[in-house]
Amino acid sequence: MSYSFFMSTPKQVYKVVAIILFIVLLIGSALLSHKGVFHLNGDTGGTNEQAALSKYGFYLEPVDIKAAGIDFRHLCPVIDSKLNNIASQIASMGASVTIVDFDNDGWNDIYFTNSRTGSLNALYRNLHNGKFENVGAQVGLADVNKKGTGVSMGTVWGDYDNDGFTDMFLYKWGKPELFHNIGGKKFVNVTEGSGLPSWVNANCAIWLDFDNDGKLDLFLGGYYNEAFDLSNLNTTKIMPESFRYANNGGKNYLFKNLGNGKFKDVAAEYGLISTKWKLAAGAADFNGDGYPELYVANDYNVDEFYINEKGKGFVERGKLVGIGNIPKSGMSVSFGDINNSGMLGIYTTNITEPGILIQGNNYWQPKSSAAGDPSFVNLAQLSGIENAGWSYGAQFGDLNNDGFIDLYAANGFISGKKNTSYWYDYSKVTGGNSKIIGDAANWPDMQGKSQSGYQQNKIWLNNSNGLFEDVSNKVCPYITFDSRSVAMADLWNRGVLDVVVANQNNVPLIYKNNSKNNNHWIDFDLHGTLSNASAIGAKVQLEWNGKKQMQIVSGGSGFSAQNQHRIHFGIGKSTTADKVTIYWPSGKIEKLEKPQIDQLHVITENKTNN
Amino acid sequence: MDLAKDEKLPGNNLHVSRKIDYFPYIPPLFITLILLVGQITFGILDSYINVIISIATSIIAEVLLARLILGTHKNLASAYITGISVGILVRSNMVWPYVIAALLSILSKYVIRYKGRHLWNPSNFGVSWLLFMAPLSVAGLGIQWGNNLLPMAVIWLLGLGIVYRAKKLHVTLTYVTCFVILAYVRSLITSDPFLAELAPLTGPMYQLFIFFMITDPGTSVSGKRAQIVVVIIVAIVEFILRLESFIYAPFYALFLVGPVARFIDLKQNKSQTIANQTNEARQN
Repeated sequence: MSYSFFMSTPKQVYKVVAIILFIVLLIGSALLSHKGVFHLNGDTGGTNEQAALSKYGFYLEPVDIKAAGIDFRHLCPVIDSKLNNIASQIASMGASVTIVDFDNDGWNDIYFTNSRTGSLNALYRNLHNGKFENVGAQVGLADVNKKGTGVSMGTVWGDYDNDGFTDMFLYKWGKPELFHNIGGKKFVNVTEGSGLPSWVNANCAIWLDFDNDGKLDLFLGGYYNEAFDLSNLNTTKIMPESFRYANNGGKNYLFKNLGNGKFKDVAAEYGLISTKWKLAAGAADFNGDGYPELYVANDYNVDEFYINEKGKGFVERGKLVGIGNIPKSGMSVSFGDINNSGMLGIYTTNITEPGILIQGNNYWQPKSSAAGDPSFVNLAQLSGIENAGWSYGAQFGDLNNDGFIDLYAANGFISGKKNTSYWYDYSKVTGGNSKIIGDAANWPDMQGKSQSGYQQNKIWLNNSNGLFEDVSNKVCPYITFDSRSVAMADLWNRGVLDVVVANQNNVPLIYKNNSKNNNHWIDFDLHGTLSNASAIGAKVQLEWNGKKQMQIVSGGSGFSAQNQHRIHFGIGKSTTADKVTIYWPSGKIEKLEKPQIDQLHVITENKTNN
Repeated sequence: MDLAKDEKLPGNNLHVSRKIDYFPYIPPLFITLILLVGQITFGILDSYINVIISIATSIIAEVLLARLILGTHKNLASAYITGISVGILVRSNMVWPYVIAALLSILSKYVIRYKGRHLWNPSNFGVSWLLFMAPLSVAGLGIQWGNNLLPMAVIWLLGLGIVYRAKKLHVTLTYVTCFVILAYVRSLITSDPFLAELAPLTGPMYQLFIFFMITDPGTSVSGKRAQIVVVIIVAIVEFILRLESFIYAPFYALFLVGPVARFIDLKQNKSQTIANQTNEARQN
């Protein structure tokens, strides 16, 4: 029947069928898109706390920060007047937040960076009652944006000298600085003679122990070329040479900790020679050899994945492992086991602007837990966590303690004049040749325009096994800032994760997690002995009720951020946890059977027992 | 796209000479070259799969529609160019836009016809429709290309040679001249740097537009002078759309101007219509 039937049917019939199909496709394609696989701004309608508590079991309540004692406001950098035409774009970073218990009192404290010359950074000591006290000036961590030294972009905390108190590394568009924590009472600037360079335009740094010698090393990633002082330029040719293939950014630095407060840059020797535009990095062991691999998220180019050759060097294998094929605008790196597989995946953020640039965020899931070079597949679209907006920092954390980690992503680039957009101007110049895009003088004047501004942050709830639901407007009020850095921490020691967000050129947000779900939890705070004292790089796997989940102690994650040091697991309605396995950087593996739930376990690495 | 369109294709041409004319195969080879240079040098594609899907969709649609509606077999060079253009120009994280853009492109040739000829450049129709109507799912190729002048120069030289051979050099040169002049005028109006206004011309989107869309014989009007007038109007409409911040202004300008010009041309040019009808009658 088939061929002769088709051939015998009059052509007019086929033409009518073609016309109908054509019309259906015209209408259908428009409807399919507008029906929306994603909505960047979501529903701006009001939220109902009771409805959120009833449906999702938690609600993120914005804290009255002034009442809580937090009077911080971020100020953006002042850029050389030669770049006035795009000053708001250049000065669009620097708001960062990190969590640390600097005085070892068992309560999480908060550190915010400021980015204007002469402005003060702030260390808010947790007063244990929902109030905070700014002790930045008192301990010597406030006045760090002095003229001639550059301005702060972020910090990471780690106990580099293994004395039991967490130290701070400050990276800037300027002179990177190291502060030694003296007994939780004050910090001493020990940069001089430490081996740190005189100037780096850095937007990312992480602590890691790449050679597992028990001493924390440091990765520092340059963004703008280190030859430039952005507040005092003698050229306008400072921009990326391409929107997708730029290699004219800042250098990498890998500071090997030599002990005695000395560091040596071994980046070139160890194979980290890329000069891409780095905005985030993360380190974790992905091939099972116990040494941390390094993931670097790059703006204007592909991300990079460096395999650690047992502490002797790094080799870049981004394309081979699957993460380095499509250039995007990498801005954040965070690790999480979204489907309770016992394997850490990697979430990276990029840009999604409808009709203009749909890069999408990535969630790189390892294809296998077998030892050997890993291979990743991007599950962001399938998991529903692909499109957020112009995303910066993102962090995983189990916000409702149901046993599946959720995701918070900061959004928004520049909120300028309302109902304006710089995107058209941006697209003109970024489509041009390197000679055009690379010179800021060729960039159209922004004239106060917005670009991906007024975007709401995304909150994705993991409903089970890596399938996420967008609950951005359902579990917290509609708020838009140009958010940059996100950190999760239990600020009230209640067994739930609260959220802190640093906003560019604005006040921070602190969300208190109001939880009414009776779910259980268990926390672990690790301290290394053979491993580095901060236990950075240690992996913790919890097993309960037939489930298992892996987490890692991080030396910095997201964008210019660091979560609380302790590891937090939600376990849902389960009233017991079966086993916790700790993979220390030293190679030791410790197992605890039936750890008590609903409490924090402080665990010190056993020096003798393997 | 389609320098290799209906009139010039072997077996589909009233004016085909007895010598074998290999020129119709040059444009598909050229667009493949652009793709390969872009991909090998810079990695212009996000995924090979999307290009393969759009090419396959275009070709299958062309084969089926030509057979079922026109009752003929068509040379597939045109469909290949349409598919590859859609694969390069459309940017989406999903697969369906590539399928639908390719399908819409080919369908437009068979559904929207006047006096036996289609009015829109196929890929211009499919790509423009999705860019305008499906912005939540689709973006266009606009902000990616390398930082090296050499591949761009090679493509420009080859492209100019091919449009010269296709007797469409006047179209390309007129458009480029208009773009440069109007870029200068825009820079005076907006106070933006002239190089910023000129910059899009150096990107791959424009190379596809200049060498494949505006020179498409299948949707061009007759006569050199008329072609020049039409391309000037396209450039002016694009200029206006650019002042209104339409990123995909060239596509939209051609989408708006091309079919109107083609319609008027077909209405006025009886001899071409008769020839086309005769041609189709022979094919059928």
